Amino acid sequence: MGIEPGRIHFSWVSSAESTKFVDVVKKVTSEVKALGPNKRFVKKKAKVA
Amino acid sequence: MIGYIDKIKEISKGLLEEKKVDMIIGFRKGTVPMINEPCVAKTSADVDNFVWDSSCGINLANYLTGRKEKIGIIAKGCDSRNIVNHIIENKINREQLTIIGVPCKGMVDRSKVKALVSSDIEEVIEKEDTMVISGADFEKTVKTSDVISKNCTICMHRNPVIFDELVAEEVDEQKDVNRYEDIDKIEAMDSGEKWNYFEDMFKSCIRCYACRNACPLCYCPTCFVDESKPQWVGKSQDPIDIWTFHFLRAYHCAGRCTDCGACVRACPMDIDVRLLTKKLEKDCFEMFNWEAGLSIDKRPPLDVFNADDPDGFIK
Ligand code: SF4
Ligand code: SF4
Repeated sequence: MGIEPGRIHFSWVSSAESTKFVDVVKKVTSEVKALGPNKRFVKKKAKVA
Repeated sequence: MIGYIDKIKEISKGLLEEKKVDMIIGFRKGTVPMINEPCVAKTSADVDNFVWDSSCGINLANYLTGRKEKIGIIAKGCDSRNIVNHIIENKINREQLTIIGVPCKGMVDRSKVKALVSSDIEEVIEKEDTMVISGADFEKTVKTSDVISKNCTICMHRNPVIFDELVAEEVDEQKDVNRYEDIDKIEAMDSGEKWNYFEDMFKSCIRCYACRNACPLCYCPTCFVDESKPQWVGKSQDPIDIWTFHFLRAYHCAGRCTDCGACVRACPMDIDVRLLTKKLEKDCFEMFNWEAGLSIDKRPPLDVFNADDPDGFIK
Protein backbone atom coordinates (compact mmCIF):
# COMPACT_ATOMS: atom_id res chain seq x y z
CA MET A 1 0.00 0.00 0.00
CA GLY A 2 2.98 2.29 -0.13
CA ILE A 3 4.74 1.91 3.20
CA GLU A 4 8.52 1.65 2.62
CA PRO A 5 9.65 -2.00 2.78
CA GLY A 6 12.25 -1.45 5.55
CA ARG A 7 9.69 -0.04 7.97
CA ILE A 8 7.93 -3.27 8.77
CA HIS A 9 9.67 -6.31 10.17
CA PHE A 10 8.43 -9.69 11.29
CA SER A 11 10.43 -11.96 13.50
CA TRP A 12 9.94 -15.00 15.67
CA VAL A 13 12.11 -14.93 18.77
CA SER A 14 11.98 -17.47 21.56
CA SER A 15 12.40 -16.23 25.14
CA ALA A 16 15.60 -18.28 25.19
CA GLU A 17 17.09 -16.47 22.20
CA SER A 18 18.38 -13.33 23.87
CA THR A 19 21.14 -12.72 21.34
CA LYS A 20 18.72 -13.07 18.44
CA PHE A 21 16.44 -10.56 20.15
CA VAL A 22 19.26 -8.04 20.45
CA ASP A 23 20.24 -8.56 16.81
CA VAL A 24 16.68 -8.09 15.62
CA VAL A 25 16.22 -4.90 17.62
CA LYS A 26 19.50 -3.49 16.31
CA LYS A 27 18.58 -4.33 12.74
CA VAL A 28 15.09 -2.86 13.01
CA THR A 29 16.21 0.37 14.63
CA SER A 30 19.04 0.93 12.17
CA GLU A 31 16.87 0.29 9.13
CA VAL A 32 14.06 2.49 10.40
CA LYS A 33 16.52 5.25 11.35
CA ALA A 34 17.95 5.14 7.84
CA LEU A 35 14.48 5.73 6.43
CA GLY A 36 13.84 8.69 8.71
CA PRO A 37 10.54 9.69 10.29
CA ASN A 38 7.42 8.11 8.87
CA LYS A 39 5.43 10.56 6.77
CA ARG A 40 2.91 8.16 5.32
CA PHE A 41 -0.18 6.82 7.05
CA VAL A 42 0.00 9.55 9.65
CA LYS A 43 -3.27 11.25 10.47
CA LYS A 44 -3.01 15.00 10.69
CA LYS A 45 -4.44 16.52 13.82
CA ALA A 46 -7.71 18.32 13.27
CA LYS A 47 -7.28 22.09 13.24
CA VAL A 48 -9.13 23.84 16.01
CA ALA A 49 -9.99 27.46 15.29
CA MET B 1 -28.66 -15.06 -21.48
CA ILE B 2 -32.01 -13.26 -21.66
CA GLY B 3 -33.50 -16.56 -22.83
CA TYR B 4 -32.91 -18.00 -19.34
CA ILE B 5 -35.82 -16.21 -17.77
CA ASP B 6 -38.56 -18.63 -18.86
CA LYS B 7 -36.70 -21.53 -17.33
CA ILE B 8 -35.95 -19.52 -14.17
CA LYS B 9 -39.64 -18.76 -13.75
CA GLU B 10 -40.68 -22.33 -14.50
CA ILE B 11 -38.31 -23.81 -11.91
CA SER B 12 -39.14 -21.12 -9.35
CA LYS B 13 -42.91 -21.60 -9.66
CA GLY B 14 -42.50 -25.37 -9.42
CA LEU B 15 -40.49 -25.07 -6.20
CA LEU B 16 -42.97 -22.70 -4.59
CA GLU B 17 -46.04 -24.64 -5.67
CA GLU B 18 -44.61 -27.94 -4.44
CA LYS B 19 -43.72 -26.11 -1.19
CA LYS B 20 -40.11 -27.23 -1.46
CA VAL B 21 -39.06 -23.69 -0.50
CA ASP B 22 -40.63 -20.81 1.41
CA MET B 23 -39.17 -18.13 -0.82
CA ILE B 24 -36.98 -17.56 -3.82
CA ILE B 25 -34.36 -14.86 -4.02
CA GLY B 26 -34.01 -13.43 -7.52
CA PHE B 27 -33.99 -10.17 -9.46
CA ARG B 28 -36.69 -7.78 -10.59
CA LYS B 29 -36.25 -4.84 -12.92
CA GLY B 30 -34.43 -1.97 -11.24
CA THR B 31 -35.67 1.59 -11.07
CA VAL B 32 -32.70 2.85 -13.07
CA PRO B 33 -31.22 1.16 -16.16
CA MET B 34 -28.52 -1.49 -15.79
CA ILE B 35 -29.03 -2.27 -12.09
CA ASN B 36 -31.65 -4.88 -11.46
CA GLU B 37 -32.66 -5.15 -7.84
CA PRO B 38 -32.77 -8.22 -5.64
CA CYS B 39 -36.25 -9.38 -4.71
CA VAL B 40 -37.91 -12.16 -2.80
CA ALA B 41 -40.76 -14.18 -4.31
CA LYS B 42 -43.10 -16.03 -1.98
CA THR B 43 -45.84 -16.88 -4.47
CA SER B 44 -46.03 -17.81 -8.15
CA ALA B 45 -47.44 -14.36 -8.83
CA ASP B 46 -44.31 -12.77 -7.33
CA VAL B 47 -42.18 -14.91 -9.64
CA ASP B 48 -43.75 -13.14 -12.63
CA ASN B 49 -41.72 -10.06 -11.64
CA PHE B 50 -38.43 -11.91 -12.03
CA VAL B 51 -36.03 -10.78 -14.75
CA TRP B 52 -32.71 -12.07 -16.04
CA ASP B 53 -30.24 -10.19 -18.20
CA SER B 54 -26.74 -8.75 -17.99
CA SER B 55 -27.73 -6.25 -15.31
CA CYS B 56 -28.00 -8.84 -12.53
CA GLY B 57 -24.55 -8.10 -11.14
CA ILE B 58 -25.51 -7.86 -7.48
CA ASN B 59 -24.46 -10.90 -5.48
CA LEU B 60 -27.55 -12.62 -4.08
CA ALA B 61 -25.61 -14.70 -1.54
CA ASN B 62 -25.62 -11.47 0.47
CA TYR B 63 -29.27 -12.10 1.39
CA LEU B 64 -28.78 -15.56 2.89
CA THR B 65 -26.99 -14.63 6.10
CA GLY B 66 -28.58 -16.23 9.13
CA ARG B 67 -31.88 -17.08 7.38
CA LYS B 68 -33.92 -19.88 8.88
CA GLU B 69 -36.36 -20.56 6.02
CA LYS B 70 -36.05 -22.98 3.17
CA ILE B 71 -34.79 -20.82 0.36
CA GLY B 72 -34.49 -21.06 -3.40
CA ILE B 73 -31.77 -18.82 -4.76
CA ILE B 74 -30.73 -17.91 -8.26
CA ALA B 75 -26.97 -18.13 -8.59
CA LYS B 76 -24.46 -17.17 -11.25
CA GLY B 77 -20.92 -18.60 -10.99
CA CYS B 78 -19.75 -16.04 -8.44
CA ASP B 79 -22.96 -16.12 -6.37
CA SER B 80 -22.61 -19.89 -6.13
CA ARG B 81 -19.07 -19.49 -4.80
CA ASN B 82 -20.24 -17.02 -2.19
CA ILE B 83 -22.99 -19.48 -1.24
CA VAL B 84 -20.24 -22.05 -0.66
CA ASN B 85 -18.47 -19.49 1.55
CA HIS B 86 -21.66 -18.94 3.50
CA ILE B 87 -22.07 -22.68 4.01
CA ILE B 88 -18.51 -23.24 5.25
CA GLU B 89 -18.76 -20.18 7.49
CA ASN B 90 -21.99 -21.53 9.01
CA LYS B 91 -24.15 -18.65 7.81
CA ILE B 92 -26.62 -20.98 6.11
CA ASN B 93 -27.14 -24.74 5.87
CA ARG B 94 -26.82 -26.51 2.56
CA GLU B 95 -30.04 -28.42 3.38
CA GLN B 96 -32.02 -25.17 3.54
CA LEU B 97 -31.12 -24.25 -0.02
CA THR B 98 -32.30 -25.08 -3.47
CA ILE B 99 -29.76 -23.46 -5.75
CA ILE B 100 -30.99 -22.52 -9.22
CA GLY B 101 -27.75 -22.23 -11.16
CA VAL B 102 -27.31 -19.79 -14.03
CA PRO B 103 -24.36 -20.25 -16.41
CA CYS B 104 -23.15 -16.66 -16.80
CA LYS B 105 -21.67 -14.74 -19.71
CA GLY B 106 -20.67 -11.69 -17.72
CA MET B 107 -22.44 -8.72 -16.19
CA VAL B 108 -22.44 -5.25 -17.59
CA ASP B 109 -20.25 -2.40 -16.35
CA ARG B 110 -22.52 0.66 -16.18
CA SER B 111 -19.68 3.11 -16.36
CA LYS B 112 -18.37 1.55 -19.59
CA VAL B 113 -21.80 1.99 -21.16
CA LYS B 114 -22.23 5.52 -19.84
CA ALA B 115 -18.88 6.48 -21.30
CA LEU B 116 -20.16 5.65 -24.79
CA VAL B 117 -22.81 8.36 -24.80
CA SER B 118 -22.85 11.99 -23.80
CA SER B 119 -26.24 12.36 -22.14
CA ASP B 120 -28.32 10.41 -19.63
CA ILE B 121 -29.33 6.87 -20.48
CA GLU B 122 -33.05 6.42 -19.93
CA GLU B 123 -33.62 2.95 -21.21
CA VAL B 124 -31.63 -0.15 -22.00
CA ILE B 125 -33.21 -3.03 -23.86
CA GLU B 126 -31.21 -6.21 -23.99
CA LYS B 127 -31.28 -8.53 -27.01
CA GLU B 128 -29.47 -11.84 -27.28
CA ASP B 129 -25.92 -10.45 -27.71
CA THR B 130 -26.50 -6.72 -27.88
CA MET B 131 -27.99 -3.91 -25.85
CA VAL B 132 -29.97 -1.00 -27.25
CA ILE B 133 -29.31 2.04 -25.10
CA SER B 134 -31.40 5.14 -25.53
CA GLY B 135 -31.96 8.58 -24.04
CA ALA B 136 -33.72 11.82 -24.91
CA ASP B 137 -31.75 12.40 -28.11
CA PHE B 138 -29.99 9.17 -29.02
CA GLU B 139 -30.28 5.48 -29.60
CA LYS B 140 -27.27 3.22 -29.85
CA THR B 141 -26.66 -0.50 -30.09
CA VAL B 142 -23.65 -2.00 -28.30
CA LYS B 143 -22.31 -5.52 -28.16
CA THR B 144 -22.89 -6.78 -24.63
CA SER B 145 -19.57 -8.61 -24.52
CA ASP B 146 -17.79 -5.27 -25.12
CA VAL B 147 -19.20 -3.67 -22.00
CA ILE B 148 -18.98 -6.38 -19.35
CA SER B 149 -17.26 -5.66 -16.04
CA LYS B 150 -13.54 -6.06 -15.55
CA ASN B 151 -13.94 -8.91 -13.09
CA CYS B 152 -16.21 -10.77 -15.52
CA THR B 153 -13.68 -10.46 -18.34
CA ILE B 154 -11.17 -12.39 -16.21
CA CYS B 155 -13.63 -14.80 -14.57
CA MET B 156 -12.69 -18.49 -14.69
CA HIS B 157 -15.83 -19.83 -12.99
CA ARG B 158 -18.81 -18.64 -14.99
CA ASN B 159 -20.73 -21.82 -14.32
CA PRO B 160 -22.16 -22.35 -10.85
CA VAL B 161 -19.92 -24.59 -8.74
CA ILE B 162 -22.83 -25.89 -6.69
CA PHE B 163 -26.47 -26.16 -7.79
CA ASP B 164 -29.63 -28.24 -7.65
CA GLU B 165 -31.15 -27.05 -10.89
CA LEU B 166 -29.46 -25.54 -13.90
CA VAL B 167 -31.40 -23.18 -16.16
CA ALA B 168 -29.33 -23.81 -19.29
CA GLU B 169 -26.37 -25.77 -20.62
CA GLU B 170 -23.07 -24.80 -19.07
CA VAL B 171 -21.13 -22.11 -20.90
CA ASP B 172 -17.49 -22.58 -21.93
CA GLU B 173 -15.12 -21.39 -19.25
CA GLN B 174 -12.68 -18.70 -20.35
CA LYS B 175 -9.11 -19.83 -20.81
CA ASP B 176 -5.85 -17.95 -21.27
CA VAL B 177 -7.01 -14.88 -19.42
CA ASN B 178 -4.48 -12.83 -17.52
CA ARG B 179 -6.26 -12.58 -14.21
CA TYR B 180 -3.70 -10.47 -12.44
CA GLU B 181 -2.72 -7.85 -15.00
CA ASP B 182 -3.88 -4.94 -12.81
CA ILE B 183 -2.25 -6.34 -9.71
CA ASP B 184 1.04 -7.04 -11.48
CA LYS B 185 1.13 -3.39 -12.50
CA ILE B 186 0.68 -2.19 -8.91
CA GLU B 187 3.19 -4.71 -7.57
CA ALA B 188 5.79 -3.38 -10.00
CA MET B 189 5.53 0.13 -8.51
CA ASP B 190 7.94 1.34 -5.84
CA SER B 191 6.49 2.28 -2.47
CA GLY B 192 6.18 5.99 -3.31
CA GLU B 193 4.31 5.25 -6.52
CA LYS B 194 2.02 2.88 -4.68
CA TRP B 195 1.28 5.52 -2.09
CA ASN B 196 0.36 8.05 -4.78
CA TYR B 197 -1.68 5.48 -6.66
CA PHE B 198 -3.85 4.62 -3.67
CA GLU B 199 -4.08 8.25 -2.61
CA ASP B 200 -5.52 9.03 -6.01
CA MET B 201 -7.76 5.97 -6.01
CA PHE B 202 -9.49 6.74 -2.72
CA LYS B 203 -9.67 10.51 -2.87
CA SER B 204 -13.25 10.47 -4.14
CA CYS B 205 -14.52 7.93 -1.59
CA ILE B 206 -17.47 9.36 0.35
CA ARG B 207 -17.47 6.52 2.89
CA CYS B 208 -21.03 5.57 2.13
CA TYR B 209 -20.12 1.89 2.80
CA ALA B 210 -22.15 0.73 -0.20
CA CYS B 211 -19.21 -1.51 -1.17
CA ARG B 212 -19.29 -3.19 2.21
CA ASN B 213 -23.06 -3.49 2.26
CA ALA B 214 -23.13 -5.15 -1.17
CA CYS B 215 -20.45 -7.67 -0.23
CA PRO B 216 -21.71 -11.08 0.90
CA LEU B 217 -18.58 -11.50 3.04
CA CYS B 218 -19.34 -8.38 5.10
CA TYR B 219 -22.00 -9.85 7.34
CA CYS B 220 -20.64 -9.00 10.79
CA PRO B 221 -23.48 -7.78 13.04
CA THR B 222 -21.36 -4.73 13.89
CA CYS B 223 -18.67 -3.82 11.40
CA PHE B 224 -15.37 -2.60 12.87
CA VAL B 225 -15.98 0.80 11.27
CA ASP B 226 -19.28 1.21 13.11
CA GLU B 227 -17.98 0.17 16.49
CA SER B 228 -17.45 3.05 18.91
CA LYS B 229 -16.28 1.22 22.04
CA PRO B 230 -13.47 0.77 21.22
CA GLN B 231 -13.31 2.92 18.14
CA TRP B 232 -10.99 1.06 15.80
CA VAL B 233 -11.02 3.65 13.07
CA GLY B 234 -11.81 7.36 12.95
CA LYS B 235 -15.16 8.35 11.52
CA SER B 236 -13.88 11.28 9.53
CA GLN B 237 -13.21 11.92 5.86
CA ASP B 238 -9.49 12.15 6.63
CA PRO B 239 -7.71 10.09 3.95
CA ILE B 240 -6.09 7.93 6.62
CA ASP B 241 -9.48 7.01 8.07
CA ILE B 242 -10.74 6.19 4.58
CA TRP B 243 -7.68 4.05 3.85
CA THR B 244 -7.93 2.27 7.16
CA PHE B 245 -11.50 1.28 6.37
CA HIS B 246 -10.61 0.00 2.91
CA PHE B 247 -7.41 -1.85 3.75
CA LEU B 248 -8.85 -3.52 6.83
CA ARG B 249 -12.02 -4.50 5.03
CA ALA B 250 -9.91 -6.03 2.28
CA TYR B 251 -7.94 -8.08 4.83
CA HIS B 252 -11.17 -9.35 6.31
CA CYS B 253 -11.94 -10.72 2.84
CA ALA B 254 -8.62 -12.56 2.44
CA GLY B 255 -9.12 -16.13 1.25
CA ARG B 256 -12.85 -15.47 0.98
CA CYS B 257 -13.28 -12.96 -1.84
CA THR B 258 -14.61 -14.52 -5.04
CA ASP B 259 -13.97 -11.38 -7.12
CA CYS B 260 -17.69 -11.15 -7.83
CA GLY B 261 -17.41 -7.39 -8.28
CA ALA B 262 -20.56 -6.52 -6.32
CA CYS B 263 -18.56 -4.01 -4.27
CA VAL B 264 -17.44 -2.14 -7.37
CA ARG B 265 -20.89 -2.15 -8.94
CA ALA B 266 -22.36 -0.68 -5.76
CA CYS B 267 -19.91 2.22 -5.59
CA PRO B 268 -21.46 5.55 -6.59
CA MET B 269 -18.00 7.01 -7.16
CA ASP B 270 -16.73 4.29 -9.54
CA ILE B 271 -13.83 3.32 -7.28
CA ASP B 272 -12.31 -0.04 -8.15
CA VAL B 273 -12.15 -1.39 -4.59
CA ARG B 274 -11.56 -4.85 -6.06
CA LEU B 275 -7.93 -3.92 -6.59
CA LEU B 276 -7.32 -4.49 -2.89
CA THR B 277 -9.19 -7.78 -2.53
CA LYS B 278 -7.80 -9.01 -5.84
CA LYS B 279 -4.25 -8.70 -4.50
CA LEU B 280 -5.18 -10.91 -1.56
CA GLU B 281 -6.93 -13.29 -3.90
CA LYS B 282 -3.73 -13.49 -5.94
CA ASP B 283 -1.63 -14.11 -2.84
CA CYS B 284 -3.96 -16.90 -1.72
CA PHE B 285 -3.77 -18.47 -5.13
CA GLU B 286 0.00 -18.27 -5.38
CA MET B 287 0.86 -19.17 -1.79
CA PHE B 288 -1.87 -21.65 -0.92
CA ASN B 289 -3.15 -22.70 -4.35
CA TRP B 290 -6.52 -21.50 -3.07
CA GLU B 291 -9.53 -20.11 -4.84
CA ALA B 292 -12.43 -19.21 -2.57
CA GLY B 293 -15.78 -20.89 -2.68
CA LEU B 294 -15.09 -23.86 -4.90
CA SER B 295 -15.87 -26.69 -2.49
CA ILE B 296 -17.86 -27.12 0.70
CA ASP B 297 -15.43 -29.86 1.80
CA LYS B 298 -12.28 -27.78 1.99
CA ARG B 299 -11.30 -25.37 4.74
CA PRO B 300 -9.93 -21.96 3.69
CA PRO B 301 -6.18 -21.26 4.13
CA LEU B 302 -6.67 -18.81 6.98
CA ASP B 303 -8.55 -21.51 8.91
CA VAL B 304 -5.86 -24.14 8.90
CA PHE B 305 -2.19 -24.44 9.77
CA ASN B 306 0.24 -26.41 7.69
CA ALA B 307 3.88 -26.90 8.55
CA ASP B 308 4.78 -25.91 4.99
CA ASP B 309 2.78 -22.65 4.98
CA PRO B 310 4.92 -19.93 3.39
CA ASP B 311 6.74 -17.94 6.09
CA GLY B 312 9.59 -16.26 4.23
CA PHE B 313 8.59 -12.86 5.64
CA ILE B 314 9.43 -13.91 9.23
CA LYS B 315 13.09 -13.21 9.83
S1 SF4 C 1 -14.94 -7.97 -1.72
FE1 SF4 C 1 -16.12 -7.37 -3.58
S2 SF4 C 1 -15.49 -8.88 -5.13
FE2 SF4 C 1 -14.91 -9.75 -3.12
S3 SF4 C 1 -16.67 -11.03 -2.49
FE3 SF4 C 1 -16.97 -8.97 -1.59
S4 SF4 C 1 -18.27 -7.88 -3.10
FE4 SF4 C 1 -17.39 -9.70 -4.15
S1 SF4 D 1 -19.00 2.38 -2.16
FE1 SF4 D 1 -17.39 3.65 -3.05
S2 SF4 D 1 -17.68 5.71 -2.12
FE2 SF4 D 1 -18.87 4.24 -0.89
S3 SF4 D 1 -17.45 3.66 0.76
FE3 SF4 D 1 -17.19 2.12 -0.87
S4 SF4 D 1 -15.48 2.91 -2.14
FE4 SF4 D 1 -16.21 4.62 -0.85
